[in-house]
Amino acid sequence: MRHSTVYTVLFAAAICVVCGILVSTAAVSLAERQEINRALDRQQKVLEAAGLVMPGQSLTAEQVAEFFENIETRILDIETGRLDPTIDTQTYDYRKAALDPAQNMRAPPNNAGVERIAKAMPAYFLRDSNGEIDMLVLPIQGLGLWSTLYGFLAIDADGNTIRGITYYQHAETPGLGGEVDNPRWKALWPGRQIYDDGEPRIEVIKGTAGPPAQDPYRVDGLSGATITARGVTHMLHLWLGPEVYGPFLQRFASGEVAADLAATPPSTRPNAPEA
Amino acid sequence: MAIQSRAAVLDPLFSNNPIALQVLGICSALAVTTKLETALVMSVAVIAVMTASNFTISVLRNQIPSSIRIIVQLVVIASLVIVVDQLLKAFLFEISKQLSVFVGLIITNCIIMGRAEAFAMQNPPGLSLLDGLGNGLGYSAVLIVTAILRELFGSGKLMGYSILPLVSEGGWYNPNGMMLLSPAAFFIIAILIWLLRTWKPEQVEKA
Repeated sequence: MRHSTVYTVLFAAAICVVCGILVSTAAVSLAERQEINRALDRQQKVLEAAGLVMPGQSLTAEQVAEFFENIETRILDIETGRLDPTIDTQTYDYRKAALDPAQNMRAPPNNAGVERIAKAMPAYFLRDSNGEIDMLVLPIQGLGLWSTLYGFLAIDADGNTIRGITYYQHAETPGLGGEVDNPRWKALWPGRQIYDDGEPRIEVIKGTAGPPAQDPYRVDGLSGATITARGVTHMLHLWLGPEVYGPFLQRFASGEVAADLAATPPSTRPNAPEA
Repeated sequence: MAIQSRAAVLDPLFSNNPIALQVLGICSALAVTTKLETALVMSVAVIAVMTASNFTISVLRNQIPSSIRIIVQLVVIASLVIVVDQLLKAFLFEISKQLSVFVGLIITNCIIMGRAEAFAMQNPPGLSLLDGLGNGLGYSAVLIVTAILRELFGSGKLMGYSILPLVSEGGWYNPNGMMLLSPAAFFIIAILIWLLRTWKPEQVEKA
């Protein structure tokens, strides 16, 4: 059937308006729920990296909030290596900040495919039963084979021993690079050492490494995923290096950060979970 | 009418399967079948989108100007897919993370557009709806069988539960890593097509 040009144009316009309304209604009305999901997922991965929950275990929002009552969230200024009390821990999003020219900076030269990083990153402090700082969880990210891997690294109070690693977002090949999510591989990390003479030396090797006591700087490779494994090494060297977390971790090891923590209340209500 | 409706739903399952006979929608069938769970969610998403798009387009079929009918079909399909994607992100966050871009790529799934153009543009809404449902089920059937075989032999699990205990976890099964790579899906789908055509020889193309 033939239709006039005017009819065709009007029809196209009407379809666009109707579909536009449909799509934007869905996007806007569900945005809040989606944001809650994302924040919850990220918080849960902090708990996973810290070894507080088993990987893959799914928690309700209440359970996550309960864990976060014992976690102190602060914002770390990368350039000064100090905690920055002026940024709201509840609303700060380091991934958005990394894309904002006002809030990001050039990354130091690296092989992790990272060009710009946020000037400030969240840091999560966990205390032991005596109330002493026990562990610190920091975000890491870097390029694997297909995708950027986003994750968290948990570091002991000595600023040198790894307590856990976990990734919350990546698109590596399931069964190969995707094995970074494998609990057995992640279990190889706790106890490994990061620094040798002030330089990050930890690496994912090809083949099998010894137990942490004998082979502290090396972690088993992932078979069939050389490039993803190399990406993990590169991102650790970038983030733990002297231009990103390095100086902060030195101060953390010497106990200076613990003093800062007491003197730097978060800018929102205490112990609030980061949104 | 009753016979027609039955045929609209049941034909695409075996006699006129969109993947096995028309060889459409292969791309997503390779991508989301490494695990049964993602395949199931993808199936539901495709069935929902195809049923709704066939219905919508059939309702509009006499109003759509033929010169822009393809783009109108695409707009309808794309809008539905975005809504489904948003719903998954809001209610099934873990799975939507695993499906990542593939939900968005339902837009380019040729089965949906194929049914809109070939069926919904000529048939009344009720029948088109059933046709969308049937083709969605046909697509899902192949997806689910492929995913069961890939997850079972590739990682010894089904829906994440261990079925064949792996050597690396103290069991006896040595997983076939190739099952998790795309070529395995090609082989499985090819074998399914072969079996189907042995059962229904009329599907074999004339040489």
